This record gives sequence, structure tokens and C-alpha cells, in this order.
Amino acid sequence: MSEGKASPSAVEAETVTKIFGSGETQVTALNEVSVAIRQNEFFTLLGPSGCGKTTLLRLIAGFDHPTGGTILLEGQDISYLPPYKRPVNTVFQNYALFPHMTVGENIGFGLEMLGQGKAERDRAVGEMLQLVRMDELKDRKTDQISGGQQQRVALARALAPHPKVLLLDEPLSALDLKLRKEMQIELKRLQHETGITFIFVTHDQEEALTMSDRIAVMNAGRILQIGSPREIYDHPAERFVANFIGETNFLEAEVVSTKNGSARLRLPSGKMVAAALAEGARTEGKVSIVVRPEHAGLTSAKAKAALTGRLENVVYFGTDTHYHLRLEGGGEPFIVRQQNSRDTEEKLEPGSEVGIEIGKNAVQVLRD
Amino acid sequence: MSELAASSRISVDDAPQDAASALQAAERQQAKRRWLLLTPALVILLLAASGPLLIVLTYSFLKPGDYGGVIWQFSTEAWFNVFLQEDIFEETVTFSDAHLSIFWRSVRLSLGTTLMALLIGFPTAYFMATRPASSRDLWLFLITIPFWTNLLIRTFAIMEVIRNEGIINSILIGLGIIDTPIQMMFTDFAIMLGMLYVYLPLMVLPIYASMEKLDFRLVEAGYDLYATRWRVLKRVIFPLVKPGVIAGSILVFIPSLGAYVTPRVLGGGKNLMLGNLIELQFGQGRNWPLGAALSITLLAIVMIALLAYVRNVSRQENTHG
Amino acid sequence: MAEAGTSSQTRFSIKRQPGFTTIAIVCFLMLYAPIITLVTYSFNAGTSVAIWEGFSWRWYEAAWQNEQVQDAAARSLIVAAFAALIATTAATMAALATTRTKPYRGLTTVYALINQPLMVPEIVTAVALLIFFAVIKVNTGYQGLGYLILAHTAFCIPFAYLPIRARLEGMDLSLESAAADLYATPWLTFRRVTLPLLLPGILAGAMLAFVISLDDVVITEFVKTPGQDTLPTYMLGQLRRVVTPEVNAISTVLLTISVVLVSVFFFLNRRKR
Repeated sequence: MSEGKASPSAVEAETVTKIFGSGETQVTALNEVSVAIRQNEFFTLLGPSGCGKTTLLRLIAGFDHPTGGTILLEGQDISYLPPYKRPVNTVFQNYALFPHMTVGENIGFGLEMLGQGKAERDRAVGEMLQLVRMDELKDRKTDQISGGQQQRVALARALAPHPKVLLLDEPLSALDLKLRKEMQIELKRLQHETGITFIFVTHDQEEALTMSDRIAVMNAGRILQIGSPREIYDHPAERFVANFIGETNFLEAEVVSTKNGSARLRLPSGKMVAAALAEGARTEGKVSIVVRPEHAGLTSAKAKAALTGRLENVVYFGTDTHYHLRLEGGGEPFIVRQQNSRDTEEKLEPGSEVGIEIGKNAVQVLRD
Repeated sequence: MSELAASSRISVDDAPQDAASALQAAERQQAKRRWLLLTPALVILLLAASGPLLIVLTYSFLKPGDYGGVIWQFSTEAWFNVFLQEDIFEETVTFSDAHLSIFWRSVRLSLGTTLMALLIGFPTAYFMATRPASSRDLWLFLITIPFWTNLLIRTFAIMEVIRNEGIINSILIGLGIIDTPIQMMFTDFAIMLGMLYVYLPLMVLPIYASMEKLDFRLVEAGYDLYATRWRVLKRVIFPLVKPGVIAGSILVFIPSLGAYVTPRVLGGGKNLMLGNLIELQFGQGRNWPLGAALSITLLAIVMIALLAYVRNVSRQENTHG
Repeated sequence: MAEAGTSSQTRFSIKRQPGFTTIAIVCFLMLYAPIITLVTYSFNAGTSVAIWEGFSWRWYEAAWQNEQVQDAAARSLIVAAFAALIATTAATMAALATTRTKPYRGLTTVYALINQPLMVPEIVTAVALLIFFAVIKVNTGYQGLGYLILAHTAFCIPFAYLPIRARLEGMDLSLESAAADLYATPWLTFRRVTLPLLLPGILAGAMLAFVISLDDVVITEFVKTPGQDTLPTYMLGQLRRVVTPEVNAISTVLLTISVVLVSVFFFLNRRKR
């Protein structure tokens, strides 16, 4: 792939297909998915339930095997290797802590299976407990500790054998909001301190944006886009990605000219704007474009504005205010989000005609 | 677990490169492992449960030996004798009154037992299910204990109560209500009471299982909509626990029909049921083929009852979603 | 719950049904009174089973010294122990092969086979085994306890199978995945995770199997070679018109064993719920 040949990707999937069942009940969970995950990266698989993200994780862990394609770990084919022969560990969604063992025994289990001696193991368990800040709970049974603590034990258990890759299957979904925020920071810290590649599965877009180095957005068994949180948010390549992450306004426009991945477009209002082109987007004719609500603004100077419309609804959110507009020429409602400050006390009444400004680099042309 | 075990055998080296055959190999491995695990149980069951039934079927079409056993000659005589009898002197064929009356007694007593068990078991299950959750387990325990204790011993226990020198008669005579003991032993009543006593838990347990799942907000809704207690019972509670009632009835009816120990102990050799009639053919009667044919007949009745139950259950499931 | 009285007139209880509590109490009395009577009279000093003549261990001593009873008791225990052991082992293996798997060809037949002893009337199985074993006895000359053990094992299998299966189905699949993920081979996964978690179910199954074997009358009566009495068939043979106090004493001992084992089973299961 495009990475340097010197260090192979931590994990690489090459046109991986996974089909469950057969005949009429056959389900294609993954459809020729290819992705390369770098060393020491915090990589997130993001998508709605049933999009195939957990299936991909299970294929990397070895709980399932691909129907087609290969999975490489540091360049080696591990597609059909059983899970206990892969230097990869998993943090399960429900933690899957062994109920008949203590916290310490749980954490030491992997090392024990790898044949490490007791003294060495005890030291490693101690270190791990320290790493996740749980020193005093070593001899507790796993059902005698709280959900947050169970989460930490699950992490320590998976990290103890120093895997090449750590897989996390929606590990935060069972925690309440406050604990979840804490654990998000904790996970970033652990990844930084251990230097292990993390592959994180979630359906929570905010979690993905705040924690990841890179995100792969998945839907219906395919990866739609891979990129840094910023790229994904600011330059969604497809309608699904734009819709799944944050709020978006969709518009139609016509390409006038293109140059080096950017384009000049004519809006339905007749005004011209500059836009970024998604990879594989059309370079002529009608295209779909997106504008994030916070990248647009309201103006009273209607003549200069990119778009004009009638204000239908004003919704106050504390930190910001959402203006719902009906554009001239119809179509879907257009939303503009403006930060509130102490001084903003403009009295914009529903029903008034207003102009919409679109910020620089705010327009993205979609692939479809 | 099963997938893991299967895939463990595939090391990277010998794994076929194309995915389809690799998965097929894993599946074959898994299937092989499954059947290996099943082998001991299946061998034992085929040897000492299912297989012998086929032998019984075969024996029912053979001729009886003079001192038990069979002569290996095809004959439908045994089946003929299940319901009919032939008078050798008058050369007439009539229904076998002795056998028919035993069949009829078995069915009648089993149905009676089932009905009595239902009349007592339903309120008992209801009572248990309406206890506070904390004490429900205790009641369940109390109903389970007799079920797991020796059937023979329980039959002895009921015998102690009803025989002529037993507790009931002793008390009644002691109180001067009667002068001579009431003959309860060796009657159909004794057999039915005995079967009721030993099989009652089998009625209570399934009804209780349905009743425990009953959402009492539905009962509240019934009362809210002006139903009386009787109508709530009839229109709300009973339909909802009906699967338990049917299961309980089947569970009581089937062993009653095939009962052997209880009629032997409490019926005293005069009031035979099917089980005893079958035994007779292998003992004094020395007519193994007839015994085999009677066994198959009993089995057939039981299977019909079970099939009716299964069909009923699946129909319920269909109508409920 | 008051059957009648002021409280039920003033306060409406939605759970009350008239007469149900009375019937339930009668039901429990009816279940326990005969057993309690039987147990009580096993301690009677007199010969009568109806007139109390004082407390005594007399009948227990008589039973204890009776060589036939000793024989039968030993035979019962041997048969029950072997049957429970073999049935539980086979049932555990069968449960592992029939749970947590996609339906496969033959699964329904396997279920039917395992549950067959629960569905077929005991007398029919007894007759079938009588015929079958008679053939084997004639051909091999073997007369030993093997027949009883094999017959008991077969009808114990479903009783051992049910609690083990229930336990397996309640078990979290991801625990075994986690073990495999942490470098445990399939065998180690089974030994360190599956088996320890399954153990309460296996113990429960073994106990039920033991009790069921210990209590069996009908099949034993038909399968045994003459002189091979177990305690229940010995007791059935002793029965004339009256239950002797000695049989009462044996019954009480058997009852105690069953009640203790079933109680242990019950609490094993409850704690895990």
C-alpha cells in the first residue's frame, strides 16, 4: 500500500468478504473490505449496528474466519489462524471477565496460557493493576466490583500479554455518560503509554471523533471513507458519511470548472462558490454538495448572500442557536447554527426573509 | 468454543489457500467432533431404550412359547387377542370383555386422576404464584420434594392412610362414627387416590411455571374493565396459563395410563390396569407376544396424546405470534 | 391472605380467588401428611402401624441386621453410583454437542432419543428390556449387574442432561472467546473456563440421576435376575397386606437420602440464578 515499505501495517485487510449462513438466509456482513491500519495508531471502525464493524473486529481477533480475502498482521497472513495463536487481544463489549476467578487471576490468565512463571506473572499483574489504577482490588471476585472497575480489569487483562494490536468492541457502551467521558481520556492515555495499536469499534460518532487518529466509516458491509476525524467531518465523501457524522445541509449544484481537487460551482440561486471535490466525485454537471450548519451564517445583506430563504423556526440550545430556513426554490430545510454570546440579541423572527453566507472552504462535493 | 476447537486443527501451513474449502474443512471437523461427543449417550440410549422397542414390536408378531418366550413364527394372533377372543368350541369371535374392561378402567382412572389433579393443582399453583417472590422458592421446593421421592414409598404411605387398620379408619372408629372399617383398599378409588397422590406435583409444576410468568397488571386491567373475580379467572387468567394446564394434564395422564406399581399395591391384584395386564403376560400368563402387543398399544395411545399436545402447543405459538 | 373477614371486605386484593388458599393448604397437607405418618411410625416401638407405643430404633436395627436388606442396599448404591457416573458423563458430552450450535441435521432425532425415557411409559421400556436382555442372557450366559446398570444409565441420561444443558445455555459465549483470545488452546479453554462454570450443572445432573436410579422400581423389577433385588424391589416383594415397620424404616432412610440430595440440587441451582 502507500505506506513505507520499511514498517508494514499493523493490520491489513485485503478485499475481505464475510458471508454468514447459506441459501436464502445468507447475509453478507463484509463486502470486499480493504483497510490498512498503521503501527501505534488509534484506529476506529465507526458505523451503525449491523454495518459489519464488529464482524471485521472478530475476523482480526480470529473468532471468525473470512469467506474471502486475507487478513495480514504485520505482513503475515493470519486469516485462518485460531485466536489463541494471534498476538492480538480483545476487550469485549460485556467485558467477559471470568466469574470464577479473581481480578488478579483474570489479568494473569493470558500470561499463564503463554507459559509464564508465577513470579513473573505476579509482577506483570501488579504492573497492569497500577497502569489501570486498581492496585487494591487484586483479590476481589469480578462480580464484587463496579462496572467501571470491570472495564479497567478487562483492559488490563487484554494489555497484560502486550499484544501487537488491542481490539476494543464498543467497550464503553455499558457505562454511564460521566464514566464514559473519563474512560475515553483513560483509553487515550493507555494507548499513548503502551504504544500499542488500538482498533476501536463504536457506533458513537462523538466518541470516534474525540479519540481516534483515524476513522473508517462503515455501512452495509463496506468501508465508505477512511481519514482523520477532521477529514471525515469537514470533507465527507459520501452522503451516508455526511449524514452519520454531525448535522449537514444537502444542496444541488452545477460544476463550472475544476482544478486540483477543488471546483467552482453554481448554486441554484445562481451564485458561484468554491468547493472541495471528494475523491471520485463528478467533475461536470449536477452534483450533490454539503455545508455544515456551523459553516454557514445569516446576513441581512441579501443581495450579496450565497443563498436566500425564509426563516421558519428558531431553536435555542444554550451554547448556540439553530435557525431552520426554507430556501428560495424549495428543497429540504436548511439549518444554520450560530454560536451564542452575551451580546447576540438579534431579534430574528420566524417568517422573515434572510440571506445565508457560506464560509470559505465550507462546501464539499459528494461522490454520488 | 466449538468453532475454536474446529479451527485449531488448521494451522497456517496446511490451510488450503481458498477460503471456501478452508471453511468447509472447519465445518466438517466441527461436525465430526459433535458426533463423537454424542456417541456414548446415543449408544446407551439405542441399546437400552430405543432399540429394545423394535424388539417388542417384532415379538408382537410371533407365537408364544409354552413356558414364556416365543416361537419364531409369524403370527397376528397376539394382536387379534388384544381386543378380541375366540371361542374354540362355538367358533365365534367376540370382544374380549376382560381386556376391554381393563383398557376402559385404565383410561377412566387416568382421566379421573387428571381431572382431580387439575382441580387441586390449579388453585395450588395459583396460591404459590401469588406468594411474595421471596417465599415462592420455598413453596416450589415443597412441591418438588415429593416428586423426587420414591414412588413406591409414597404409595406405601397412602396405603397406611386408607387401609382397614389405617389412620382414617382408626380415627373414624375411635370417634365412634363407624363400627366396621370402610373398605377403601383394593378399589378403583384407592388406585385413583394413589395416582393422584403420586402424580399431583406433575400437575402443579407446569401450571406454576406459566402462572409465575403471568403479568398481574392484566388481572388489574380485567377488574378495571368491570370483570368479576370469576370472570377474571375464566377470561383472563385461565387462557393465559392454558399451556401450563395442558402440559400438566399430559404429564399426569401419561404415567397414570401406564401405571404399574400403584395399581399393584393399592388395587391388590383384582383391579388391574394396563400395566399390570402387560406384566401378567410375562409372568403367569406366559404369553410374551400378547404382552408385546399390549405394550405397543399402550405406547401408541401415549404417542397420540403427546402428538396432540405438540400440535396444540405449536398452534398456540402460531396464533400468539 | 385472609379467606374471609373484615380486611378482605374493606380492601380489595386483586390476587385473591375465593377458596384457592384453602385448596392449596389441603393440597400441601395431603402431600406431606402420609409421608410424615410413615416416617413417624418407623420409630414406633410396637408392631402396629396405627397405634403408637413409644419411640424406638428397633425397626432400624432389624433392617440393619437383615442380610437381605444389606445386600439390596449395597446393590442399590452400586447401581445408582455407576448409572449416575456414566449417565452424567454421557449427558455432559451430549449437552456440549447439542447446545450453542446452529441446528444441524439429526439434531431433532438426537433430542427425541435423549428425551425418550421421559416419554415412553416405564412399563413398556421395562418389558422391552426384559425381552432384549433375555436374548442376551441366553446367548452369553452373563447374569451380572451390568444389565441393571445399563438400563438405569439409559433412563438417567435425560435427568442428568437437563440441568447441564440449562447451565450451558445460560453461559456467556464470550467467556470462551475471551479465553481463546488470551492464548488458551481449545482444551485449556474447556478445562479452565467451560468446565469450572459448568460444574454446578454437572453436579446437579449427577445428583438427580443418582436419586432417580435409587428410586426406580418398575424397570428394575423386570430387568433383575432372580436374587438381584435392589431396596425398592425388595420392599415391593415384602409387601403382603401390610407394610411392615421394617419396610417403613428402610423407606425413611431412602426418603432422607432423596430429600437431602434434592435439597442440595435445589440450592445449587437457586444460588446461581
